[in-house]
Amino acid sequence: MIAAALTFAFACYGIGVLICLWRVIFAPSIPDRVLALDTMVVNMIALIVIYGIAIGTGTYFEAAMLFAMTGFVSSVAYAKFILRGDIIE
Amino acid sequence: MFAEILVAALLVISGVFALVGSYGLIKLPDLMTRLHAPTKASTLGVGGALIASMLHAIVWRNEVSWHELLITLFLFLTAPITANFIAKAHMAEKLKSGDLPPTGTDRDWATLDMSEEPVQPEMTPPGQPGRPS
Repeated sequence: MIAAALTFAFACYGIGVLICLWRVIFAPSIPDRVLALDTMVVNMIALIVIYGIAIGTGTYFEAAMLFAMTGFVSSVAYAKFILRGDIIE
Repeated sequence: MFAEILVAALLVISGVFALVGSYGLIKLPDLMTRLHAPTKASTLGVGGALIASMLHAIVWRNEVSWHELLITLFLFLTAPITANFIAKAHMAEKLKSGDLPPTGTDRDWATLDMSEEPVQPEMTPPGQPGRPS
């Protein structure tokens, strides 16, 4: 049962990443691209965690944690650059 | 058996929430409404997946894993900040002062305020001598 649920979750998050990629390419405005990248990072964190469940190890949580941190910092830096034209004033 | 059902249900729920969040990203009409989809639905989906991972580690590997709790805490803290920054960037790029509701003070919205002097709050404590009231 867990294997079926894992397959379903993999499919859902994979479709989510593809939707976000489509949104990054065909976005109506620049903040939309940043938002799509941020959503893609969130989906990727969930994919890494679900892969950790499927393999049965706890090795991948550091990768997910690093992904979360760099994703947050890059989203804020993008938004700050759009907002002010500069990242560190 | 009960834990298996719980983990499977959490995984399915988290997948559905994440799919709804990502679909809302292309479905909703305006950027201010599109902000809702990833910040609420996707974050909730990731939270479900991380709780499922914690349960899986406790039941099948007999070890309590706190990394997922750290990731959940970090995501739940940072998702509103990212959304706020993207909304401010959208406001600075697209909206003008007349499009927004009034702030209730004599100053404009902070993103659109073009005046140079910083905001000076009233710092006079009551009863201090030597200050004109």
